[in-house]
Amino acid sequence: MSGFFERMLGRNAPKGSSSKAKERLQFVLVHDRINLPPEQLEAMKQEILRVISKYVRVDDKKVDIALQQRDRDSLLVAEIPFQKRREREEPEEDEIEGKPQLGDETPPASNHIEGGESGESGSKSRRNRR
Amino acid sequence: MGAKVVTITSGKGGVGKTTTTANLGVALARMGNKVVVIDADIGLRNLDVVMGLENRIVYDLVDVVEGRCKLRQAMIKHKQFPELYLIPAAQTRDKSAVSPADMIQLTDHLRPEFDFILIDSPAGIERGFRNAVAPADEVLIVTNPEVSAVRDADRIIGLLEAENKGPGQLILNRVKSDMVRKGEMLSADDVTDILAIRLIGIVPEDESVIPASNSGTPVTLNEHSRAGQAFRDIARRLMGENIPVVPVDEPNGFLRRIVKLFVSGNDG
Repeated sequence: MSGFFERMLGRNAPKGSSSKAKERLQFVLVHDRINLPPEQLEAMKQEILRVISKYVRVDDKKVDIALQQRDRDSLLVAEIPFQKRREREEPEEDEIEGKPQLGDETPPASNHIEGGESGESGSKSRRNRR
Repeated sequence: MGAKVVTITSGKGGVGKTTTTANLGVALARMGNKVVVIDADIGLRNLDVVMGLENRIVYDLVDVVEGRCKLRQAMIKHKQFPELYLIPAAQTRDKSAVSPADMIQLTDHLRPEFDFILIDSPAGIERGFRNAVAPADEVLIVTNPEVSAVRDADRIIGLLEAENKGPGQLILNRVKSDMVRKGEMLSADDVTDILAIRLIGIVPEDESVIPASNSGTPVTLNEHSRAGQAFRDIARRLMGENIPVVPVDEPNGFLRRIVKLFVSGNDG
């Protein structure tokens, strides 16, 4: 019912061209403001990823690097998750899914015990914590 | 001390800078302020004709800057408001005839005697814009709810920030409420979202603006004009009054209000 009235007021009506105008403006202004066209931004992202990948293994599928606006300031916000660390010298069967990583919050105590029970599988950081 | 220097600029041409300057000048003078309006669009003089003062020009801004006349001689007194003066642009020269330092010096001479000095900036981002902005205490950016005008406004705001004159305040001019309602025109909210600066006024599209320009009597003198009212409100805000800026697009008909009540009741 309310949808009907909303339509009467022209609110929920299929969006007109103004939403397209807003979207297009927001996109173009992000690049105008830092004077960096989209292709160059993409090249910059790839270069950033290449540098980081020299030191750590990056989870390519989850990488998110994007320009954001905070009031009138532009910032590059990057979320670059690392791949779960695999200890090649340890037996594969000990790998536990969802194992905490460097930078993760301290896992609850129960996890600790679980990890302990499954043998000496943890990463260096886990071992140090014990 | 003394006058507040307010520059009206836009980036894009044709969005209503000159109309805005003329109307704010008249509105401020009518409320008892001592006002000088300066046409900084050298080579494309227009503020005089919009204000109906084109027949009185003897000297202009460039004459003052180059010392061919005294400042007072280039100040044209308004017919209706003796405390409102215009310094016209030169018509036969170009923007390089004046420098930003000249503009600062000129306004410094005027400041002690006036309440407001309004500067009508030329379009563009070059010398003329820098001349107009150099002495400003406050900058008003005029834009229309169109992609080209909004993009240019953003560029201007960026330049103002870089010169520590920013970010300025926005005047959204020529808003067509029926189109906004249909979603075919950017709303004031859309534009302030995009530009992220403070809105000092929304001026509705109004058919009485052009007849007012035609006769050289700015529309703000027309009590029945909605655009005129919007300019008066902006003038009051410049004087420091706290008048909320509300979108012009709500003609709040009876049915509309009922339906609104009903809908909000349903949603809550």
